[in-house]
Amino acid sequence: MSEPMVRAAGVHKRYGSLEVLKGIDIEVMPGEVMCILGPSGSGKSTFLRCINHLEEINAGLLAVDGELVGYSMKGDVIHALHEDDIAKARESIGMVFQRFNLFPHMTALDNIALAPIKVKGVSKAEAREKAARLLTQVGLGDRGESYPAQLSGGQQQRVAIARALAMDPKLMLFDEPTSALDPELVGEVLKVMRDLASQGMTMIVVTHEIGFAKAVADTVVFMDDGVVVEAGAPAEVLDNPKQDRTKTFLRQVS
Amino acid sequence: MRPDDIKAVPVRHPLRWVGSAVTFVVAASLINSAVNNPRIQWGTVGDYLFDQRVLDGVFLTVELTIMCMVVGVFLGVLMAVLRLSPNPVLSGISWLYIWFFRGLPRLVLILFVFFISALYPEITVGVPFGGHAFLSFNANDLITAFIAGFVALSLSEGAYMAEIVRAGLISVDEGQTEAAQALGLSRIQTLRFVTLPQAMRVIVPPTGNETISMLKDTSLVSVIAVVDLLYAVQLIYAKNYKQIPLLVVGIIWYLALTSVLYVIQYYIERRFGRGGSRNLPPTPIQRLRALVSRSSSTRGEA
Repeated sequence: MSEPMVRAAGVHKRYGSLEVLKGIDIEVMPGEVMCILGPSGSGKSTFLRCINHLEEINAGLLAVDGELVGYSMKGDVIHALHEDDIAKARESIGMVFQRFNLFPHMTALDNIALAPIKVKGVSKAEAREKAARLLTQVGLGDRGESYPAQLSGGQQQRVAIARALAMDPKLMLFDEPTSALDPELVGEVLKVMRDLASQGMTMIVVTHEIGFAKAVADTVVFMDDGVVVEAGAPAEVLDNPKQDRTKTFLRQVS
Repeated sequence: MRPDDIKAVPVRHPLRWVGSAVTFVVAASLINSAVNNPRIQWGTVGDYLFDQRVLDGVFLTVELTIMCMVVGVFLGVLMAVLRLSPNPVLSGISWLYIWFFRGLPRLVLILFVFFISALYPEITVGVPFGGHAFLSFNANDLITAFIAGFVALSLSEGAYMAEIVRAGLISVDEGQTEAAQALGLSRIQTLRFVTLPQAMRVIVPPTGNETISMLKDTSLVSVIAVVDLLYAVQLIYAKNYKQIPLLVVGIIWYLALTSVLYVIQYYIERRFGRGGSRNLPPTPIQRLRALVSRSSSTRGEA
């Protein structure tokens, strides 16, 4: 049995006295696609952001590919990681945001090539060549010289996915990648994600797209109020939910 | 079929006309009283406008402005970055710097730096607390009046620029930093390649204002006998007692220089404003050209 790509055990997160995550236990195996559903405020985005240490956890254990996130163990003592080591760990975890967060002052190609050049020290020519290849992969081979403002939301999000892929991540995190899109643009982004899943990428997707979860996810997790209410295969959780909270939520979104 | 354009009677603004007329009369009488006042001695103004001593003063004023702004902007970026650093020592140093140099009048600062040799006759670089000295300068030789003015104004400018740069940096959406961090960029790389370039839009317009202020504030160095534009005209009227004509010479030069800066600022702001608003208004020159081509085309039709 191989090591899980992501292992969370009893993950807690507080903002002051507000407890956002109240003990999350999750395992994601390599090559697995996990979709996290839940009402807004359920803590699903916060949990995703904990995985690459954009948020610090307060208690519990969170590890990616066997390495603790944001900390290191020396004997029984936990040490906080230096910011350079945190940055190093983030290189292999791709993240896609709800609001795309493309760099508006750079072309699509430069957005994608920036991190490989500056972080990995790849040569400019090589990084741009790879960026062009990735743009073709997400169906935007001809838009390399466009600035984000000149692209539609769906196109921007596909560039953002290509930007994350340029670092050759072993894990991709998607934080509601289609929530900010006009309805007719959702499909093109989901298609890129579906292709990625079929290539064996390990993915955790926070989403409201039930159809996508049903078709692509290996595991569906339903979160509410900072806890995992129900988890399992899409056929179980989405078609035969056992918990009342899951049933109510699915009725509301479909 | 395309309908005809609406031909409506425009709204009348009678009060605007009255207000404009009153303003015009007041302005005209003011200008008349100044221009036709024989005591201004326009002939003398003309004699000294391009006097070599005045031109040297203009050159020094421009030189000092450029030098102080270059160092001030550099210090400002540095201090803003330190201020936003998670390291409390670094952000503390920056806070102290801004507090001190923003808290002092520039004139006081200029005098203090100029007379600093009374406090530190020797400026040494070496082991602190009286240890071995590697380099040692006589403060009086090192700090000339020009250097004192330059150092004081640069340090003061750095404090103002630090706040401007900091405002620019925190105006950039947090999602940008998060996206950069998620890609594995370090804090400094994020600043250099992602945040600072985007902050420029907010930083540039007030920097233009700072440059215009600096041009005028360089006149403060006249108190320590640096021959800038103001001191140059002062030296001349100290001999010939023609204060007003020579101050008018100074006024003309200051207005000319700030006008040049206005134009530069206008175009720089347009450049960095791109993407901010959909349609940029035409520049005055574009408007003028449009006017000329329109009137010539109507003439062509007639």
